[in-house]
Amino acid sequence: MAEKTIEIKDLVVEYRTRSGVVQALNGLSLSIEKGKTLGLVGETGAGKTTAGLAVLGLIPSPPGVIVSGEILLNGKDLRALTDKEMDQIRGDAVAMIFQDPMTSLNPVMTVGDQIAEAIKIHEGLNHGDALKKAEEMLEMVGIPRERAKEYPHQFSGGMKQRVVIAIALSCTPGLLIADEPTTALDVTIQAQVLEMMKGLKEKYEMSMLMITHDLGIVAEICDEVSVVYAGRVVEHGTLADVFDNTRHPYTEGLFNSLPNIENQAEKLKPIRGLMPDPTDLPLGCPFYPRCDHAMEICRTKKPPKVYRNETHFVECHLYNEQNIGDKEEKWR
Amino acid sequence: MIKFIIRRLLSLIPVILGVTFFVFMVMQLAPGDAAKLLLGEGATQEQVEELREEMGLNDPVIVQYVRYMVNFCKGDLGTSYATKRPVADEVFSRFPYTFNLSIVAGIVSILLAIPLGILAAVKQNTFFDNISMVISLVGVSMPIFWLALLLVLAFSLNLGWFPVQGADGWKSYVLPAISLGFMNMASIARTTRSSMLETVRQDYIRTARAKGVPKRDAIVKHAFENALIPTITVCGIQLGQLLGGSVLTETVFAWPGIGRLMVQSISSRDVPMVLGCMVVMTVCFSVVNLLVDLLYAFVDPRIKAMYS
Repeated sequence: MAEKTIEIKDLVVEYRTRSGVVQALNGLSLSIEKGKTLGLVGETGAGKTTAGLAVLGLIPSPPGVIVSGEILLNGKDLRALTDKEMDQIRGDAVAMIFQDPMTSLNPVMTVGDQIAEAIKIHEGLNHGDALKKAEEMLEMVGIPRERAKEYPHQFSGGMKQRVVIAIALSCTPGLLIADEPTTALDVTIQAQVLEMMKGLKEKYEMSMLMITHDLGIVAEICDEVSVVYAGRVVEHGTLADVFDNTRHPYTEGLFNSLPNIENQAEKLKPIRGLMPDPTDLPLGCPFYPRCDHAMEICRTKKPPKVYRNETHFVECHLYNEQNIGDKEEKWR
Repeated sequence: MIKFIIRRLLSLIPVILGVTFFVFMVMQLAPGDAAKLLLGEGATQEQVEELREEMGLNDPVIVQYVRYMVNFCKGDLGTSYATKRPVADEVFSRFPYTFNLSIVAGIVSILLAIPLGILAAVKQNTFFDNISMVISLVGVSMPIFWLALLLVLAFSLNLGWFPVQGADGWKSYVLPAISLGFMNMASIARTTRSSMLETVRQDYIRTARAKGVPKRDAIVKHAFENALIPTITVCGIQLGQLLGGSVLTETVFAWPGIGRLMVQSISSRDVPMVLGCMVVMTVCFSVVNLLVDLLYAFVDPRIKAMYS
């Protein structure tokens, strides 16, 4: 098996607030091989961002608490590291791009300084050399180097996201976590930014965790997909596994919520209901209240992992080792 | 930027005109007669009339005001009714005392308040936060003359460490500076805390942390630089008020500053002197405000872009 850049095992994260304990991650597991891209797909509130922040050790605490689980970066357990050791890993071995470029840059620092800051910390360069490298990074993301002296308010949203990407890539991280990097951007800019990220990822042979709710983005740049629901991976596989051999009713629901260009007359079939209250998750399968195929067992018992092949598994009571391979599942 | 400064300095002219006009009119409304006050109880009606005529007090108020302003433009602030000395001399001999005290009190309060505010914000809802906010609540709500009297009682009368009154050597600065500084510290600390509470939760702090900036640097550099604007505003207002002379503190400590001079002049209906003090206070306040605005531009590039 290929070398794994990141491996998360049974991660449980809670936000302990006054109004109750929010169970953000309930035994989330995932792994990314070197140079691969994993798409983490799910609705708002499924725990995707929490997973990303957990890797960086930046879950806001209080109220966030990592209850159990392991986070292995190149085989090293990140949870065992001290704050100081984590500071050295953040931005160097792992970097993160955030959702909203409008707010994720410091408004009173020049963009050049903001990029150079990371370079100074991790590569020990002096200010002048770091700034020079920062300008190179800017050029790499398609911004003229003269603009390093400008402040974030002088850039458009798409340009700001490019700056954020330049910050993230400035120390050539082995793992890039991209948290909805294009959600806040215009569609035309989205495509540009995605294309650029894809190219840079290949150039630096990075692994990438692409957090998104957009299946189109997944299809475009991911190698594997994990579908997250209520803090757990409910279906995982390669692009082909998940897109062509969809098994979980939730994943099916996500696909049905997309408009179909070939058949515009077809009505969208949104998933009914909302995510369950994360302070009070159902006893059994978290999706059963919204599932059209729910059975009695779904209410009381958590579904086990069922593998369709080596790469594809699903957590759903509809399947067992015998029927999961069938092209026509019994519920279709 | 230079254009901005010139424009702001020019805008001082209408401000000074407005302030002097207003004070001039208010002083006319107040009961009592300057000529009578000057001559004392024993003066005859004729003497008073004569003096009134001599001082131009019988002319219409507006004429008196215009006369004052014409002299003002020549650099003549008039002659004090009470001391018969030129107002300008008197005011400028008093101003350094107020200035020095303000600077000392200002520096003390800023140096104490900002770390206090930052720490309180970072350790929000902890024991430290509660204690420091109780202290600053006390500071904001305690009458300053009462604090001053307590300080005098404890440190001058009982312990004998510092002089009770007057401005003589560095020791005499300690108690007035503490009284003024404590009150200012309280409001600066509260403002720093609340704006820090906002900035430490911003996304760019997370970005900074994500690129490996240690927590302390993220707070001191990224969060604090962004929290500076409200803090600078409060510091500016406080310093402006200090430079205008703290009437209460200067009175308690018999400090020969401009605040006390003004109170004395008001009670003796010394209109030229009151006006002179007011002009100095107005200019101080405006200049401090201008400095604050320039500091904004220095701190926040978005504001700088608006100025030019």
